[in-house]
Amino acid sequence: MQPFTRLTAVAMPLEMASVDTDKIIPARFLRKARGPGYERLLFHDIRFDADGNERPEFVLNQTPYRKAQILVAGPNFGCGSSREAAVYVLMDYGFRAVIAPSFGDIHYGNELQNGMLPAIVPEEACAKMRAQLRERPGAEITIDLETQTATGPDGAQYRFEIDPGAKERLLKGLDDVGLVLENLPAIEAFEKRYFAAAPWLA
Amino acid sequence: MTGRTMFEKIWDPHVIVQRGNDALLFIDRNFVHEGSFHAFGALRKEGRRVRRPRQTFGVPDHYVPTAPSAAGGYVDAEAQGLVEFLAENAREFGFDHFGIGDGRQGIVHVIGPELGITQPGLTVTCGDSHTSTHGALGAFAFGIGASQLKQVLATQCLWQKRPKTLRITVDGALGAGVTAKDVVLAIIAKIGVAGGVGHVIEYAGSTFRAMSIEGRMTVCNMSIEAGARAGMVAPDDATFRYLAGREYAPKGPLWDAALAHWRTLPSDDGARFDREVALDAAAIEPMVTWGTNPEEAAPISGRVPDPASMTDAAKRSHAEQALAYIGLTPGTKLTDVKVDRVFIGSCTNSRIEDLRAAAQVAKGRKAVVPAFVSPGSQQIKRQAEAEGLDRVFREAGIEWRASACSMCAGMNGDLGRAGERVASTSNRNFEGRQGKGVRTHLVSPAMAVAAAVTGRLTDVRTLTER
Repeated sequence: MQPFTRLTAVAMPLEMASVDTDKIIPARFLRKARGPGYERLLFHDIRFDADGNERPEFVLNQTPYRKAQILVAGPNFGCGSSREAAVYVLMDYGFRAVIAPSFGDIHYGNELQNGMLPAIVPEEACAKMRAQLRERPGAEITIDLETQTATGPDGAQYRFEIDPGAKERLLKGLDDVGLVLENLPAIEAFEKRYFAAAPWLA
Repeated sequence: MTGRTMFEKIWDPHVIVQRGNDALLFIDRNFVHEGSFHAFGALRKEGRRVRRPRQTFGVPDHYVPTAPSAAGGYVDAEAQGLVEFLAENAREFGFDHFGIGDGRQGIVHVIGPELGITQPGLTVTCGDSHTSTHGALGAFAFGIGASQLKQVLATQCLWQKRPKTLRITVDGALGAGVTAKDVVLAIIAKIGVAGGVGHVIEYAGSTFRAMSIEGRMTVCNMSIEAGARAGMVAPDDATFRYLAGREYAPKGPLWDAALAHWRTLPSDDGARFDREVALDAAAIEPMVTWGTNPEEAAPISGRVPDPASMTDAAKRSHAEQALAYIGLTPGTKLTDVKVDRVFIGSCTNSRIEDLRAAAQVAKGRKAVVPAFVSPGSQQIKRQAEAEGLDRVFREAGIEWRASACSMCAGMNGDLGRAGERVASTSNRNFEGRQGKGVRTHLVSPAMAVAAAVTGRLTDVRTLTER
C-alpha cells in the first residue's frame, strides 16, 4: 500500500451533504475493470451531461480545481454502498485525501485500505475551508498525518482525528493481510478452541 | 454487575487478538457475489488461496437478468463474464456456490438466512452494504469493501474497531397497512442518514418481538441507510422456528447445542447502550420518501416539506438539491404525486411475506403503469407460484420475473428512463440509483402495488377491501 505522510495540494470544495457512493461512481460502471480512462467515471452523472459534455457548473470542471488532490466535503461523505470503486475513481483522478466532518463507515475503511486519508474535521472548519477555496480557486491545503493537522488556505490549522492504528498503517503503508498473517499461530489456536466450543459450526 | 448487550456477547468471543483499538475478529460466514471480482482479482494476483472455503458462500445476484432471453439476457458480455468468474472462483477455491440454474440461487441477503447459513451469534461479512440484513437472526453482520473482502478470503479474519451500540426501542402494535418497511423509514426519518454512523443498532421492543423474521430482515437491511455498521434483533422462538430444518442449520444433537447457546445471546436486563432512541409504533403511518436519501421520508398523509423551514444547514441544502432533482415543489400533497413505474423486489422487500402483501392489494385490480415483481430467490419464486401469487400479479398486469437484485441498483439493466418517477420497494432513493435521471420513491410492497393500480403515490389504507 502507498504510504501517506504529508501533502500540499490544490483542494476542491464540494458543497453537498451525504454524498453517496452512487454519486461518486454510478452503479452501471461498477463492472468495468480499473484501467486507463477510469478517472472519467468520477462523479460521472453530475460532472457530465447526457451527451457526455462537461457541466461547467460542476466544481471539478472549473480549471483551477482540475488538478485538485484534496477534497473538502460536507457531512457523511461516502455514505451508501460498499463499492470500493468509489475510492479507486477518486484515487485514479488524483485525490489522495478527503477532509469532511463525517464519513460513511464502509467508505472510510475503504479509503484507509488504499492509502487514501479520510481526515475528520468539524463542519464549522470544513465550511470555512470550502468558502475560502471558492473565494480563491486553486488555493492549497496542507495535510500532515504525523501531527494530524490540516492547514487551510488562510494558514489556519485544524487538528483532525484518526485512529492510532489506522495512522500507523497509513504512515508506513502497511498491508492488513500481512498484519493478520503475523498472527497466524494465534488464529490457529483460536480456531481450535472456537470449534471445540461450538461444534455445530465445525 | 451490569448486564451485557447482545452485541458484546457476539463480539467478545470472536476477538482473536487486540492491537490498539483494532480487534482481529474471526468471521464465521463470508458471502461473495459476482460484484466481488476486485477482491478475487487481488487474491489471485497475490497468489493467495481462500483460507476457509467451508465458511465461504457464493451466489450471483447483482448482474443476473430477470427476463432471461435466448441470448441469456445479460446486459453485456462484461456482466456475464463476472457471473462466470464467480463460478470459476468457486470451483478453483472450493466453496459452495448457488449459481445460475441452481434452485437455491437468489439475492445473497435473502438466501443466506433462507438456507440457514446465517445463524444467531455469528459474525457475517459480504462485499455489500446490505449485509446488515442478516442481523435479523441475531448475528453481527456488516458490509465491507473489496480490500477487506480479500482479507477475509485470505485469512477468515478482519481488523475491526469496536463500534458503539445504539438501542432503538419501538413498542406497541402497528396499525393496519403499516409494515416493517414503514417502521424502518420512520426510524431513519427520525435519526437521519448519519444517525447510526459508528454504531451497531439493536432493535428492541414489543413491535419487533411481534414482527416476523422477514419483517425483521427488512428493518435490519436498512440499518445501513441510517449509516449504522449493522443492525440486529435478539433471537427468539420465532427465529428458532424459522431456522429449524433449513439446509445449513444444525441438526439433531448439534441443533440442541446451538439452541442452548442462542438462548444466551439476548441483551441482559440492565445492559448499557451508548445511545437510546424510542418510537411509538401506533404513531407510525405508511411512509414514502420525497427526496434523494432515505431520511427524506414522510407519512403518506403528509406533504412535500419546505427546505426553508429546516434549521440544519446541511439538511436544508440537501433537501433543496433533492427537490430540484426529484421535481417536486414544497407543499405538494404526497398522494398527488404521479408515478410512471413500479418495482417490487430487492433484498429489502422480496421475501414471501412481501409478495403476499403485494398480491393482496393487486388481487382484482389492474396496474395502470408498468410494474414488475422480482422474487428474492428461486425458492421464494417457487413458493409464491405454489400459492398462486404469480397469477394474481399477472392478472393485475404486473410482470412476474426471475430472481435478482434487479431494479434496486439496475446493474443487470433493469432501469427506469430519465425523468421517470418510480415507486420502489428497494432501499435507496439516491440520484441515478435506478437509472440516470430516474426519481425514486421508497415504499412498502403494499404501497408499491397501491401506486401501480392508481398511477400515483397512494395510501394503501384508502383502497377499499376487495
